[in-house]
Amino acid sequence: MSLAWQSVERLLRALDKGEFSAAELREHCLAAIAARGEELNAFNFVSEAGPAGAAVGPLAGIPYASKANIAVRDQPLSCNSDILEGYRSLFHATVIERLAAAGARWIGQTNMDEFAMGSSCEHSNRGSAKNPWDLKRTPGGSSGGSAAAVAAGLLPFALGSDTGGSIRQPAGFCGIVGMKPTYGRVSRWGLVAFASSFDQIGPLCRSVTDAALVYEVLAGSDPRDATSLREPVAGVTEEMERGVKGVRIGVPWRLLETGVQPAVRENFERSLRALEAEGAELVELELPLTGHAIAAYYILAPAEASSNLARYDGVRYGLRVDGNSVAEMTCLTRTRGFGDEVKLRILLGSYVLSSGYYDAYYGKAQRVRAMLRDEHRQALRQCDAIVTPTSPTSAFALGERLSDPLQMYLSDAFTVPANLTGFPAIAIPSGVDPEGLPLSIHLSCEAMAEAKMFRIARGFERCLDFESLRRLRFPESTEAA
Amino acid sequence: MNVYETVIGLEVHAQLSTKTKLFCGSSAAFGGEPNARTDPYTLGLPGTLPVLNALAVRYAIRLGLALGCDIQERSIFARKNYFYPDLPKNYQISQFEAPICLGGGVPIREDGRARTIPLERIHLEEDAGKSMHLGETSQVDLNRSGVPLVEIVSKPAMSGPAQAGLYLGSLRQILRYLQICDGNMEEGSLRCDANISIRPHRALELGTRVELKNMNSIRGVVAALEHEYLRQAALLDRGETVEQETRSWDPDAKRSVFMRGKEEAHDYRYFPEPDLLPLVLDPQWIRAERDVLPELPFARQERLARQLSLPDYDAGVLSSERELGDYFESVIENKGDAKAASNWIMSELLGQLNDRSLSITEFPVSPAELAGLLSLIGDGSISGKIAKEVFQEMIDSGRSAGEIVDAKGLRQISGDDELLGHVTATLEANPPQCQQYLDGKESVLSFFVGQIMKATHGQANPKRTNELLREALEAKRKA
Repeated sequence: MSLAWQSVERLLRALDKGEFSAAELREHCLAAIAARGEELNAFNFVSEAGPAGAAVGPLAGIPYASKANIAVRDQPLSCNSDILEGYRSLFHATVIERLAAAGARWIGQTNMDEFAMGSSCEHSNRGSAKNPWDLKRTPGGSSGGSAAAVAAGLLPFALGSDTGGSIRQPAGFCGIVGMKPTYGRVSRWGLVAFASSFDQIGPLCRSVTDAALVYEVLAGSDPRDATSLREPVAGVTEEMERGVKGVRIGVPWRLLETGVQPAVRENFERSLRALEAEGAELVELELPLTGHAIAAYYILAPAEASSNLARYDGVRYGLRVDGNSVAEMTCLTRTRGFGDEVKLRILLGSYVLSSGYYDAYYGKAQRVRAMLRDEHRQALRQCDAIVTPTSPTSAFALGERLSDPLQMYLSDAFTVPANLTGFPAIAIPSGVDPEGLPLSIHLSCEAMAEAKMFRIARGFERCLDFESLRRLRFPESTEAA
Repeated sequence: MNVYETVIGLEVHAQLSTKTKLFCGSSAAFGGEPNARTDPYTLGLPGTLPVLNALAVRYAIRLGLALGCDIQERSIFARKNYFYPDLPKNYQISQFEAPICLGGGVPIREDGRARTIPLERIHLEEDAGKSMHLGETSQVDLNRSGVPLVEIVSKPAMSGPAQAGLYLGSLRQILRYLQICDGNMEEGSLRCDANISIRPHRALELGTRVELKNMNSIRGVVAALEHEYLRQAALLDRGETVEQETRSWDPDAKRSVFMRGKEEAHDYRYFPEPDLLPLVLDPQWIRAERDVLPELPFARQERLARQLSLPDYDAGVLSSERELGDYFESVIENKGDAKAASNWIMSELLGQLNDRSLSITEFPVSPAELAGLLSLIGDGSISGKIAKEVFQEMIDSGRSAGEIVDAKGLRQISGDDELLGHVTATLEANPPQCQQYLDGKESVLSFFVGQIMKATHGQANPKRTNELLREALEAKRKA
């Protein structure tokens, strides 16, 4: 059995006891990546040269990988886009520094949808990563490589980024835990911007406890990020085992009426009953505005993206396709360097910001965003968490939605609201569908209520016992427990 | 040519003299090796974020207070999107819908009358880099990229090029008084774009506006506006129309050339900058800036004229630069005679600064030392003529006036005993000239003064010498 299958929590204890060394652990991970890397296409590369990590610290000796939009000094920072061909970062992202200071060992970089735009990892310049549960299926996106790597037991955890569900949706499709912190809780310095007011970095792990351990290292204010929260970070691990007795679970049933697979709904209801049995109370919520979340999101996020991606012009770094004038050079560079999905969103974003359309699109979507935030804040006065499935469906087949962007966008329906509100959210594996594909439950709490969120998530994890389903599918993980 | 009514509005960009740039830690100083004053943010590298420079905000508040603006406790940064190689992110962080200052105005004095040109707004933004075009290739220097700017936008409220010149002069003076911008138009730390339209007298509608760019001096702005007035007036005289366009001023050829028309105007796709929170000002900051606000040029000019009975012109010159005014006031604190100090500074000191290409802050003679020189003149110890030599010597050697006068024996001879000796000797030595005087040719008196000056190496007090000569000669007449 590979050490790479073990949980962060257990690895820390074993390393502490000297059962094996951090170097041996790293070798196990590298061997696992070498064995399954090509098949899963989860990694862009592994490297010896990355930040080694401090000798002591809360994550000392734990190997991890980061998504290809998080800057690691001297390493390629491609965002899986041709336009950043040959570009290496001059500096570390804050999260990379924080993890190094905590002793975590960076091992390599994972595959993703180009500039994090996508829900299937298919918009990557090296092709999609594969879902370890079924190689013909998508691992989800955009943090598809990170999700696939962790789900396949190649390493204990990975970093992703989440703009509209890009951590939680792939975590759901791959049967792992994915967490998006409160907006501003984790520094965005060194995260290549997609939609700045939505982007957050977070962990992908195989257990809620592991996610909490990594979250505690990532979270903190950063003077280099003006949107970073200044409030002190509350510890989340102490309260986690306190159970869910008396916890009020808010369920917006009406949102589940359309587009949700029967197996997803059935699993969702079963999960709620299991939590009720533990003493949680269910509260029915009306979230009428949340039905507009996808529409607002697909105006606002592309608007910000159209501006954030303007800097890739061939003048200073990355790809340059020469032309007869500067304008032509920029035009040719961007035409060749960006993939179709990125171009689609740049066009969409430029359009909604253009003079004469701004009020009708961007302005209105901003107002919807503000109202939606109020709606969720109100709802979270009646309950402790808003709970839905993570996605309306289980992992879809590779290629299935590539020609239908709208269908692709709808797979984010339950995850996007937390990016619009900025509230923390987490996806927890909750079962498998009849085809043996993972299903997932999604919960979102009030801003900065991560401690409560982890406690409820841990409650779900305990009563749903996804671990035994994982062992059935991946017998090689068995000895890990 | 018919006479038209002119309407002018100016957009002035002033670089704030902070040490670092508006959103990162690179030096904001002028010049330097190309691209030396850069960092990942300035280069627009992926993953970088802006962090607002607090001093730039304080400077903008200071300017807003000085110009009587409404300081906005909440303002919002916005992205102005356009592609240009010297704009590394291909957007500029500026302020759009909610700028930091609204309203206010710039005071001017026109034909001795005070008035205020109203402002639309003042906002903060980052400067772009510089493109240099060398034949087939272009090069980009990003040292200037990200330097903090305030953009001061007037209302279309100026009635002619001369008034625009006064506005700019006053604004520049105030920026320098506040010590937030060096006002150097050649180096581009102060830049001005002008909008001008003309219309027949008493017309209700404004004419079509033309924007003028690339003027690099106040005189250039005035010349460009005068030229543009004539160009538009000629069009209207011929029954043609003025097109809305942007024109670039060529200071050598003294003419403007077409840059772009209305249809080529950019759509900047402004939207709120998501990397920065709304700028919410602590009222404490506004109070702190109000406390350090200096007396402004026109107020100082009025006070000097009133308190010290100086001519308005003198008071104006002395108030033109904050440091010059401080120097003057420091001199008169040491020695009371304001008019003497004013005359000396305006004629001698400013001349020396000019000859030696020094600024007042670099001038080696301290106000106290100058006061010392002025007292020597005032009590008759030295003549004005000698004083000029002493002043040169003070600048060159750094010694005080008293030391120089004593060391060189330059003290004026004012004692009657000593002077009478020279008078008697001179009259005795020149009998024919004495006779001429007695015959009524009084102008010969200056001959005797000259002789005495020669004998005393210029140290004889000319006024007293004159008086004693006349007395001696009149005594001869009576004898």
